[in-house]
Amino acid sequence: MNNRINQLFQSKKERILSVYFTAGYPNLEDTVPIIQELVKNGVDLIEIGMPFSDPVADGPVIQHSSLISLRNGMSVRKLFDQLSDIRQSVDIPLILMGYINPVLQYGVEAFCEKCNKIGIDGLIIPDLPLDVYLEEFKTIFEANNLHNIFLITPQTSAERMKVIDDFSSGFIYMVSSNATTGAKSSVTDFQREYFERIKLSSLKNPRLIGFGISNAETFANACQFANGAIIGSAFVKAMEGNEPLEQKVSGFIRSIAADI
Amino acid sequence: MNYQVNEKGYYGEFGGAYIPEMMVPNIEELRLKYLEIINSYDFRQEFIGLLKHYVGRPSPLYFAKRLSEKYQSNIYLKREDLNHTGSHKINNTIGQILVAKKLGKHRIIAETGAGQHGLATATVCALMGLKCIVYMGAVDVERQAPNVKKMKMLGAEVIPAISGNQTLKDATNEAMRDWINNPVDTHYIIGSVVGPHPYPDMVARFQSVISEEIRWQLDEQTGKENPTRVIACVGGGSNAAGAFYHFLNQEEVELIGVEAAGKGIDTSETAATLTLGSPGVLHSSRSILMQTEDGQITEPYSISAGLDYPGIGPMHANLFAAKRAKYLWATDAEVLDAALELTQLEGIIPALESAHALAVLKKIKLKPEEVTVINLSGRGDKDMEAYLKHFGY
Repeated sequence: MNNRINQLFQSKKERILSVYFTAGYPNLEDTVPIIQELVKNGVDLIEIGMPFSDPVADGPVIQHSSLISLRNGMSVRKLFDQLSDIRQSVDIPLILMGYINPVLQYGVEAFCEKCNKIGIDGLIIPDLPLDVYLEEFKTIFEANNLHNIFLITPQTSAERMKVIDDFSSGFIYMVSSNATTGAKSSVTDFQREYFERIKLSSLKNPRLIGFGISNAETFANACQFANGAIIGSAFVKAMEGNEPLEQKVSGFIRSIAADI
Repeated sequence: MNYQVNEKGYYGEFGGAYIPEMMVPNIEELRLKYLEIINSYDFRQEFIGLLKHYVGRPSPLYFAKRLSEKYQSNIYLKREDLNHTGSHKINNTIGQILVAKKLGKHRIIAETGAGQHGLATATVCALMGLKCIVYMGAVDVERQAPNVKKMKMLGAEVIPAISGNQTLKDATNEAMRDWINNPVDTHYIIGSVVGPHPYPDMVARFQSVISEEIRWQLDEQTGKENPTRVIACVGGGSNAAGAFYHFLNQEEVELIGVEAAGKGIDTSETAATLTLGSPGVLHSSRSILMQTEDGQITEPYSISAGLDYPGIGPMHANLFAAKRAKYLWATDAEVLDAALELTQLEGIIPALESAHALAVLKKIKLKPEEVTVINLSGRGDKDMEAYLKHFGY
């Protein structure tokens, strides 16, 4: 299977920068321009957030952007419309991230087929548990060339990590701390121990560290322990304000990694 | 038919544990240990002892003579309103605080709507000397002020949830986020038969004392363990789960849950989930909920903060789908009338939640020989402001 996520990790082993943003925020039609600006600024992978009314795994910044996006009129159907021609201008891997209920209401099979048609490479659905994925979703994801990206946390046991590694394709999303998204973070001793432990645990999948990565320092730090990192809340916050989108995106990405 | 949860955590097609990875260790620990803990001799002794000497159980099963005369039938009230802290919620918090202690947790979090569950949680935390944090929608903090004051006096920290409609759903979101941020020392005492497996089953077991008592009390008073029907209000559905529990396999007993219709099921200001909802996942379990075509959860409305919730426990979704229980609804206006009726016929001021169960007496046909048990889940002290405002005393 020719999946852009695998291609990325085959060609690039370190300092991979993945950016999350909430589709339809700050304005409904910003989705595609944000993707294009991110690509222009050298981002390696993009996670497109599908807003949900009750995002329990998210902190205040993404809660707020989700609320505004929904008020702007965003929906799964609207997002698919916006993305329908995205592969004419964008080559990097694209992932959709969101909660299970809107996917269920769209219909899992129809949802995955649509993703495949558009050229989506993977899905991150935090409230889709491993056992339900294996029983009800896996074959549908695979039939549509979609990787399911699993999360691991500092509390994930070694045995469970092994199982998650076995069923992962693409990469593993390492949640940096016991927290919802956007929680304040510098690398603590506790995290250092966790990062080292994972680094030494010889997982077969590549890893990106996310949650609490917000600036050049935290990005560089995370990159010491994994193939790269994911920035979400800090980027979403940077999309506030009245400057042109182009400036907001390039200003932010340059502040994280001038060399990218 | 088996209406209990199966080993995978499902009631028919409803239930499960749709949890983010961050919650897996806590939920797994609970899932693996809860039955062993709550079935142990030590636990049973302590639980039953506290229910008797601290809560004041058994709660009376009271033959409501004047209410029965009015409806020309036999109506009994299960007096959960007489429990310590004023509602059935304490049955569950006593159970869960003992579980939390066995698990070695020393920080307790809870969500609350009407404040009855928050109050019951703050109470058992004071009793056990554990730290207590209660999340409560900012709107509910306003409309249930007496309970907020009680929780604070009991030493709990009450944190207003300011997202969404600022009611029960939003308080639940905040409590889940707290648990994700505090995965090691904290136990989340969920107040209803909602949330990921094993919560719906665990809470139903703790509340099942209600129907256990109804059976022997009814036998004592009428010579029969089974009534014609049991009626209880449902938001998440914990008092109904407790009142139905030991009758689930007694197919001759009609089970009726009453949802909050708010301003009416043909308006957008309602919380009648089973009447208006469809299958989906909210708060980590698959059940029936009120949502848009896009799968966004819609904001509910009810005069009663305790029923102002867009979901319902998976056990009820299954009883509804299997047609084992019937789910009716009552509007705010019908509920206020029913509360006044009980107050003036029997001298009992019910909680707004419980008055939903009373309101359906006008909607069903009662025969003279029939026996109806209504679960009077809570007392009306906390709702005096709403009553005074409406009746203009």
